[in-house]
Amino acid sequence: MSEKELIEKSRLYRRKIIQYIYMAKAGHTGGSLSCIDILNVLYNDIMNVSPEHFNSPDRDRYIQSKGHSVEALYVVLADKGFFPEKDLETLCKYQSHYIGHPTKKVHGIEQNTGALGHGLPLSVGIALAGKMDNKNYRVYTLLGDGELAEGSNWEAFLTASHHNLDNLCAILDYNKLQITSTVAQVYHPEPIPDKLKSFGWAVREVNGNDVEELSKTLKALPFEKDKPSFIIAHTTKGKGISYMENEIKWHHGVPSETQFKLAIEELNSI
Amino acid sequence: MATIDVNPGKPNQEVFAETVESLASADRNVIVVTSDSRGSGKLVKFGNQYPDQIVEVGIAEQNLVGVAAGLASAGKIVFAVSPACFLTARALEQIKNDVAYSDNPVKLVGISAGVSYGALGTTHHSLHDFAVLRAIHNMTIVAPADAYETEQAVRQSVQMNSPVYLRFGKKNMALLPNEINQNEFTIGKGRLIKAGQDVCLIATGETVQIAYEAAEKLEHDHGIRSNVISMHTIKPLDYSLLDELMKQGCPIITIEEHMIHGGLGEACASYLIQNGFHNKFKIIGICDEYTVTGSQSEIFTHYGISVSGITDLALKILIKS
Repeated sequence: MSEKELIEKSRLYRRKIIQYIYMAKAGHTGGSLSCIDILNVLYNDIMNVSPEHFNSPDRDRYIQSKGHSVEALYVVLADKGFFPEKDLETLCKYQSHYIGHPTKKVHGIEQNTGALGHGLPLSVGIALAGKMDNKNYRVYTLLGDGELAEGSNWEAFLTASHHNLDNLCAILDYNKLQITSTVAQVYHPEPIPDKLKSFGWAVREVNGNDVEELSKTLKALPFEKDKPSFIIAHTTKGKGISYMENEIKWHHGVPSETQFKLAIEELNSI
Repeated sequence: MATIDVNPGKPNQEVFAETVESLASADRNVIVVTSDSRGSGKLVKFGNQYPDQIVEVGIAEQNLVGVAAGLASAGKIVFAVSPACFLTARALEQIKNDVAYSDNPVKLVGISAGVSYGALGTTHHSLHDFAVLRAIHNMTIVAPADAYETEQAVRQSVQMNSPVYLRFGKKNMALLPNEINQNEFTIGKGRLIKAGQDVCLIATGETVQIAYEAAEKLEHDHGIRSNVISMHTIKPLDYSLLDELMKQGCPIITIEEHMIHGGLGEACASYLIQNGFHNKFKIIGICDEYTVTGSQSEIFTHYGISVSGITDLALKILIKS
């Protein structure tokens, strides 16, 4: 997909994220807006996965470890034809499969996530199986920056490099805010590149809201032979809607009618 | 059909290791995941024979279960092996979400379970595992009694396309009599070891042997005939067998190497009381207290998980009824 088309997709996805969160009166707005460009590039420009071949053992896998930003995943999967977009009108409604975190009941979702620190170990297992079976698929997982405080990630970082899983790529949605405060104030994870390098990963940093940069970087995988790849995607929480950007309250804030109209107007005017 | 040399006197977890070796030799998709636990799991030989079919994650149980779930989701037949105390506590969230909720058919293998580690103390005891796993949907829980049940349970777990927890101890276990249900072992169906009509002893795991010995003593010394049941599957519990026992109507004693809360006894009691059982019912297990220091056998005796503990209780409730 061309850069122009990807940019247009991101704009469309942002509009839909806001629309369905507004309809459901629930959702993780800020994080979905920060990671949507990453999902856009993965599903439209990088991964070998489709609704028709979702059961293929050779498909690429995407595990969303930061499961709370599921609205971003829903709008991309709907756009790719995994399910009718109309289904999203049931988001968080009684008996809907479209709940506030990813579940396999929704076509296109690989694993049930939502509790943090689970996606990376799962991805390591899937990548290991790929190596054992000489498959060419790649496993992508999206981590939150607040989530990096979970110790299970660091267990899995070790296992991934120990097993030379260069078919594994973890992407950090580094928007630098979590529910309480800034990430730096909560637990100070830096220096992340040095930590990951010392854990045996090949590390790159990108602007995670720049589709062209993301596309180029993801097309360069693996960054080093025999090493798992870690992409630090510097993003903006609430990206694309000026009054939400870098505002902690939009972690799971739901727009009012006025705010909703303002957001849509802003996205339409780009 | 049994293919393993089931000589009496082997720990169930050793029979597990031999069975999984046999499975791995026939299918390269059989994978064992360990957390520095291959020694206690008797899997050193497995690791040497099948180096491509063992994944070592180090002492990291959360990672153990997550990685195992990932492997299983990609089509591998995965045994995740770790001491039961760590596997079902440290990694409980991974069991709940990555295995049960995501429906990745991992075979969780809790070794040195219950109070197998004896005087090593509470950190190394698993007296909560039945309780916590019973409260998780999509989880089968099996605690085989002897070598025969162990081999069958392991082989049948491979046929299951859903998560299962297999619980093994490290004590040498004699083979139980197999006359009544010859070569009949099915996950989810309790196994009648000895038939009687005066009292019913329902036990699980390594306590079945003790229940059987108690039944022999009750018969020899007092002419009391006991049903002895190996309720190897804690979940799903064999309700049809409990229905039969209710029809029979004799008092019931349950015996388990687990806290009295949330285990086999309470599972049976819950079903029985809701379905009209009116006779005496007693649970033998570890009391809700800081567990006494001692070997497994000393701890068992302290809490009445012993031949005398069971016979004394049986006599007491039979006299009263």
